[in-house]
Amino acid sequence: MVNTLIGDLGHYSVILAFVTALVSAIAFAFASNAKELTPEQKDWKKLARGAFFVHVAAVFGIIFCLFNIIYAHRYEYHYAWSHSSNHLPVHYMISCFWEGQEGSFLLWIFWHALLGLVLIKFAGKKWESPVMAVFSFVQLFLTSMILGVVIGDLKIGSSPFILMRDFMTDAPVFQMDPNFVPKDGTGLNPLLQNYWMVIHPPVLFLGFAATLVPFAFAIAGLWKREFASWTKPALPWGLFAAVVLGVGIMMGAYWAYETLNFGGYWNWDPVENAVYIPWLVLVGAIHTLLAFRKSKTALRATFILFITSFLLVLYATFLTRSGILGNASVHSFTDLGLSGQLFTYLAAFVVLAIGLLVYRWKHIPATAKEIATYSGEFWVFIGAAVLCLGAFQVLVTTSIPVYNAFMGFIGVKTNVALPADQIAHYTKFQMWMGIAIAMLSGTGQLLWWRKQNDGTKLSEVFMLPLIFTALFAALILLVSKMGYIERIDNPSYILLLLASLYAVFSNLAIVFGLLKKKVSIAGGAVSHIGVALMLIGILFSSGYSNIISKNMSGMVYAREFGDDINRDNVLLWRNAGTDMGPYKVTYKGQYLEVKDLPDYVNKQQLFRLEDEFRAVARGPLKDGDQIKYKAGDTVDIYPENTYYEVEFKNRESGKSFTLYPRAQVNPQMGLLASPDIKMFGTKDLYTHVSTIPDPNEEKEWGELKEYQVKIGDTLYLNDYVAVLHGIEPAKDTLMLNLKPGDVAVQADMQVLGERRTYHAHPIYAIRDRMVGRVPEEIEDLGLRIMLMSIDPDKGEFTIGINTTQKDYIILKAMEKPFISILWIGTIIMSLGFVMAIVRHYNDGKRGNAASPKGPAGKEAVKRRKQMA
Amino acid sequence: MKRIHIIGILVIAVAIMIIMSTASDASVYVPFSEAQARAKEGDDTKVHVVGRLKKDARGHIVGMKYDPTLDPNYFSFVLVDTNRVEQQVVYYSPKPQDFDRSEQVVITGNMKENVFVADKILLKCPSKYTENEVKVETASL
Repeated sequence: MVNTLIGDLGHYSVILAFVTALVSAIAFAFASNAKELTPEQKDWKKLARGAFFVHVAAVFGIIFCLFNIIYAHRYEYHYAWSHSSNHLPVHYMISCFWEGQEGSFLLWIFWHALLGLVLIKFAGKKWESPVMAVFSFVQLFLTSMILGVVIGDLKIGSSPFILMRDFMTDAPVFQMDPNFVPKDGTGLNPLLQNYWMVIHPPVLFLGFAATLVPFAFAIAGLWKREFASWTKPALPWGLFAAVVLGVGIMMGAYWAYETLNFGGYWNWDPVENAVYIPWLVLVGAIHTLLAFRKSKTALRATFILFITSFLLVLYATFLTRSGILGNASVHSFTDLGLSGQLFTYLAAFVVLAIGLLVYRWKHIPATAKEIATYSGEFWVFIGAAVLCLGAFQVLVTTSIPVYNAFMGFIGVKTNVALPADQIAHYTKFQMWMGIAIAMLSGTGQLLWWRKQNDGTKLSEVFMLPLIFTALFAALILLVSKMGYIERIDNPSYILLLLASLYAVFSNLAIVFGLLKKKVSIAGGAVSHIGVALMLIGILFSSGYSNIISKNMSGMVYAREFGDDINRDNVLLWRNAGTDMGPYKVTYKGQYLEVKDLPDYVNKQQLFRLEDEFRAVARGPLKDGDQIKYKAGDTVDIYPENTYYEVEFKNRESGKSFTLYPRAQVNPQMGLLASPDIKMFGTKDLYTHVSTIPDPNEEKEWGELKEYQVKIGDTLYLNDYVAVLHGIEPAKDTLMLNLKPGDVAVQADMQVLGERRTYHAHPIYAIRDRMVGRVPEEIEDLGLRIMLMSIDPDKGEFTIGINTTQKDYIILKAMEKPFISILWIGTIIMSLGFVMAIVRHYNDGKRGNAASPKGPAGKEAVKRRKQMA
Repeated sequence: MKRIHIIGILVIAVAIMIIMSTASDASVYVPFSEAQARAKEGDDTKVHVVGRLKKDARGHIVGMKYDPTLDPNYFSFVLVDTNRVEQQVVYYSPKPQDFDRSEQVVITGNMKENVFVADKILLKCPSKYTENEVKVETASL
C-alpha cells in the first residue's frame, strides 16, 4: 500500500516551516527597527516569537515524518528506497537520514532551530530581535532548499517526500501499476556504515549552524550601530562554533583514517577543504576579537573575518552540493539541479552582508594609535593574518573547478586541473603556516600574559621556554639519530619540530604561571598546546609514514624503468608466510561477522543458505568459552563485509598479533576495502587489502582426478595427505530437500594441511532415483572433494578431486609513527576551547548583571581587561 | 607609513605568491598527443588525460594486463583519449577493482619513452545515484 499521508504531512510541514520562517524574519526585523520599549515593538516581537515557535514545531514535524518513512521501510518514497534497506540496523537508519542532500539540509535546519530557541531565551533584549531576524532569514533560505515546489520551469528545492512514482515517471513499473511498492531499498553507502558516520555529520552541521551565531551578532551590530558591544555575546558563541567545527573536522579525519584506504586521515579532498577553510577564518576571527577586547584594535578585521567565515560556510555548501566539483572529489553530493538556487543564495548573502559592512564602514571605530610590537595583541593579529593566508591558499586551489565552470559559463573553454601532486602543493604552504602559527602562538601568548608593570624583562619571559625547547629538541634529534625513532633530517621538519616544541613549552609556562592564581582562565594556553601537539603528530605520522609492504619477491612483470619504482603491495598466498618489515605475515582465511558474536567467524564454519543473510553453523560457535550456537543452528550473518585474517609475527621477539582488514565487493561501487589498525605506543600499523580475486568470477577448477579407495586408505591429493575414515549418514542435508525414501551418505575424510587438519564430508545422495553429489571445498588448500560413486560389493569408493589456484590477497601495510599525538592534541585543543567558552560566558554574564558605573566599575573593567 | 600598512602589503604579497604558485602547480587536461609532445621537449610535468578503455566489437576490453600472482604492482591498459588516440598506460599499483565497469577514466602522470606512466587513476562508474531504474525482478519477489 502506498502511504501518501505521511509524505503529505511532511511536505505540509516543510511549507509551514518555510512560511513561518518568512513571517518570523519580517516580524523580528520590524521589532528590531521599532523604537525601544514601545507597544509596537512588543507586538512585533510577540508575533515573531510565535512564528518561530511554530517554525520549530514544523521542523520537528518534518524530521518525524522523514524518519518514519525510513524506519518503517516505506519504499514508495524515493528517499527511503535510495538510502535505506531492509537489513540495515537501526543505528545506521539515523545515518540514512543525512546521506541524502535533503536530509543533511534538514539536519542543518534542525540545529538552527534549536540554536534559535537558545538565543531567544538567552540573547537578551537588545540582541534578540536583530539576531533572530538574521537567523530566520537564513532559515528561510534553507527550508526553501527542501521545499520541492515547481513553478513552470523553475524548481525550488528538492523535497525528501517525493514518491517513487513521481520521481521515476518513466519507469514502466509505475505506468503499469502506480501503487507498486518496491520490497527493498538500494541501501546505505557501505562506507557510511560506520559509527563515526552516525556522529560526525551532526557535529559538523552543529558547527556550521553555530558559525551563524557570531555572524548574526556581527550583522546585528552593524545594523543597530552597536559596533563594539556585540563582541561580548559573540565571543563564547564563536569559540563554541570553532570547537564544534574543529571536532567535527577531526572526526571526519578519524573516520577516513579508519574506513577509507588512501592511507591517512587527510587527503586534501575538496569536501574536506571546504570545511577547513571557514574553520581557519573563524579561528582567526576569534583572535582579532580577543585583540579588540583587550586593546580596542582590529575591530574592522573582526567584522570582516566573522562575516567571511559564515560566507565561506555557504561557499562550502555551494561547492559540495552544486555538482560543480564533478571529477575533483570522490565524496560530494549528487547534483540535484539546484546549483542555480544555491548560487543565488550565496550571491545574495555575499552582497547583503558585504554591502552592509561597506555602508557602515566609516562608522566603525578604528584606533589611530599604533600597536606596539612587544604587545601580545600585535602578534595575535599577525597570527590571524597567517591563518587567513593559509585559508586563502586552500581556497584558491580548491576553487579550480569553479574557474573552469565559470569560464565555460561565459563561453571560454579552459582545461585547468587540480595539481597533479596535491599533497606536495598544499604542504608547501600549510607546513609553513603551521611553523608560523606555532611560533606566533608561543610568542603571542607569552607577551599577552606578561605583567608589564612588575619589572620582568622581556628576555626573562622567553628564557625558560626557550631553554626547554632547546633541550627537548636536542633530545628528540639525538634519539632519532640513534635510530630509536624516525630519523629527522629534513631542515623544514626540524624547524616545524622546534616551533611546535616552543609553542608547547611557552604555553605550558603560562599554564603553570596561572596555576597559582586561576587556572580556569588558561583555556587559550591549553588549546595552543593542543594545536602544537597536533602539529607534532602530523609531522611524524605524515612526514614519516613508512610503507613496509614492499614487494621483495623479485618477480616483476616488466622492468621498463629499472627498479626504482615503488612497489608498495605484496601478494600473500593463503597460509604461506611472507617477510614484511620486522614481521612474518601470513594470510590465514576469510571471516564473516555473525550476529550476537563478538568474534568474526571463519567462512568455513558456516554453511551459506539461499537467503544471504542467514547461514547454518557447521560446528559450535563460541563467545569466549560459552557456546553460543551448536552445530546445525541457523545464525544471522552480515554478508557484505569479508574480514581477512592476517597474522603478524615479529621475527625477533616471536610475539604475534592478528589484524582483520575488511573488504566488500559492492555491486555499485566496486571493491571497498577498509583498513585494520594495530596501535602501538609509538606508532600505528595500518594495513588494508588492495585487491582480492574477483569473487564474481567463477573459480577455474583443474581437471577431475579420480581415486579408488577403501575405508582406511591414505591418498595424496595435490601434495596433501588424506585419509578416508568411513562412510556415515549425511548431516548437512538442508540444501537437498530430502523426501522419505531418499538416501544420503557422506564420506568422513581427513586432510592434513600445512597448518591444521581439515575434515571433509562430500555427500552422495539418491533423490527421486537420481544421483546427487555435494562436493566439499577446502578453500585453504584449493581442493574440491567429491564422492563420485559407491561400489558396495567391493567396498570401494571413488573420490574425485579438483584443484584450483589457492586463495590470496594483495596487502598494503604502513607504519604511522606517533599518530596518537595528533588525536591527543585534538582532545587537548578541544578542552582548551571549552575552558575558554565557560570563562567568557561567565564574563559576559557578570558584565550584564553589574554594568560598571562610576570609578569603581571602571576599575573592575580594567582589571577584567587585563585578565582577558 | 604605519606598521599596519606594512603588514597589509606583506599579506598582499604572500597572497599574490599563493596565486602564482597555484597557477604554476595547477595541472591541465590534455590529449595524449600533447603529453607526447611535452615528453619530447623534456618537460616531465604531470598532466591529466581523460579517455575511455579500448574495447573490441563485442565490448570486451582489449590490451589490459594484470597478473597479481606474477606482480601485484604492475597494471597496464590501453586508453583511448577524446581525439581517439590510443596509448598504452602503466600503473605501478594493483588494478582498481571496478576498473572494468568504468565509463570514463581520468589518469594523472606523464609520458616516459613509449608508455604513459600513471600515478593516479580516477574512474567514473555508472553510479548508484544516477541509476534511475527499479529492478522489478528483485523488487517484486
